[in-house]
Amino acid sequence: MPEDKEIVTPVPPAERPEWVKDERTLTNSGLPEEERDWFCDARPRRAEKSWRVVENFMNWARAHSLWILAFGTGCGAIELRPLVTARYDISRLGMQMRPTPRQASVFLIGGYVSLKTLKRIVRSYEQMQGPKFVVAVCSCAINGGMYWDSYNTIKRIDEYIPVDVYVTGCMPRPEAVLAGFNLLKKLIREGKAEGQNLYADKFDWFKANQKQVITDWNMPDYNW
Amino acid sequence: MNIASKLIWAFISLGVVTVWGLTLGGIVYKIFARVQGRLGPPVWQPFIDIFKNNSKRTSISHGIMYYLGPVFRIAGGIGTYMFIPVLFGSAHFSNFSMSGDLLLVMYFIFFGQLGMALGAGEGGHPYSAIGVSRGLAQMTAFEVPFALSVISLAMQYKTLNITDIVAAQQGGFLNWTLFTNPLAVAAAMIAMLGMNMHNPFSIVIAPQEIPIGPPTEYQSAFLGLLATNRGIFNGAKLVLFMNLYFGGATNLAALVAKTFCIYMFSVFVGAAFPRFRAEDSIRFFLKVPTLVGIAAVLLWTL
Repeated sequence: MPEDKEIVTPVPPAERPEWVKDERTLTNSGLPEEERDWFCDARPRRAEKSWRVVENFMNWARAHSLWILAFGTGCGAIELRPLVTARYDISRLGMQMRPTPRQASVFLIGGYVSLKTLKRIVRSYEQMQGPKFVVAVCSCAINGGMYWDSYNTIKRIDEYIPVDVYVTGCMPRPEAVLAGFNLLKKLIREGKAEGQNLYADKFDWFKANQKQVITDWNMPDYNW
Repeated sequence: MNIASKLIWAFISLGVVTVWGLTLGGIVYKIFARVQGRLGPPVWQPFIDIFKNNSKRTSISHGIMYYLGPVFRIAGGIGTYMFIPVLFGSAHFSNFSMSGDLLLVMYFIFFGQLGMALGAGEGGHPYSAIGVSRGLAQMTAFEVPFALSVISLAMQYKTLNITDIVAAQQGGFLNWTLFTNPLAVAAAMIAMLGMNMHNPFSIVIAPQEIPIGPPTEYQSAFLGLLATNRGIFNGAKLVLFMNLYFGGATNLAALVAKTFCIYMFSVFVGAAFPRFRAEDSIRFFLKVPTLVGIAAVLLWTL
């Protein structure tokens, strides 16, 4: 997503949303009173880049060691399986599946996102440690696809979490997904994959959008 | 050699074993990939992964013990290595082997696991707890044949000093423990299968059941530290086995060749066999390998 994209805040600035306590902390109001202390209430903060040469080296390492969060969110996730088998073998590109969001750096949104899944996507995405990247696969994640007028499916995933690379198709073949990963690697090496900072900067906008569709919000406002 | 230069050489040898241990890890990835008909990652992939993990911009902590878990783990790895002589007869690559014996090294092998257990426990993830309990149970089980093998060795060589054990094996390969005490070597090599945690003893990190065991909550630099320790610890264990059972090494080329061959034993077994369940793995160690270990001890008693 281009950084200069105009983002309209749906909430008037004077009116503080109920999940914002002050500039630095969140209320976690979706949780029962006694559980609020269990979770962190800080907002995500922008992470600054290092010194240029160091950052370039780090970006090289990040690009050559992409760990994918193995969480299939839609029918497109079926395209992930051939990717790890002998035919396409993403491990030769330094990529591997990681079963825990704490260690993953790439979140692959595999197709349509139902409201239930969106809640888990937000939670998993926020638990990933930055810099983190999102690849949205299939038409449904880009514009709703065949679920355009579904009551239970969101249309554009980039209104809820920042997306770095889109792969179109219904469903895209593994070659297309691989091409997407190569583009992601290029973006990372050029220092352009800064979705984590975009999420921190536009946190209110993303959170308002998420809260608009997820009505049963029973998790922390920012999942550490 | 004074203590300062000894310290410097010990850290140089630590660097050597870290690089070799991580490279071996990369070779193992490659071998497993080739067995599965894939190309696999480049052999230097473990280094890139460590750089990547250490260059993460955020990391979270669950408390003091969580912080100390990887620290204990790497202290266990470095501690194990520091009391093992790396090259026989070399003043520079003997580490601090004169200050501690085999029992201390065996203690250090256990120490890191215990620290990691406490740290992973504080992470609060249920899979961590399951992984830790499996890991400690399996470790207790494979320590039995390994300890019996070491007792047999102590009776054979009348010492627990590793340098003396290596010295006793010099003068031709027929003097290696492998040929003078094959039962002890058999028990220890089976115990090593459990130590290296490849199949069929990969119940600890069991990727399909309890992703991925103890380090589930560890990320960023914590994970970088754990991955670095994996290189050190693997290297240290291989050097220890080489010293105890395969005549030690007098130069770095011999060290590389011998440790590679020792490691490939567990890698080939791992590539060929599926995984044991937790209870089967523990039962396995307490049956045949333990009996072989007891036989090795009895042989030197009679």
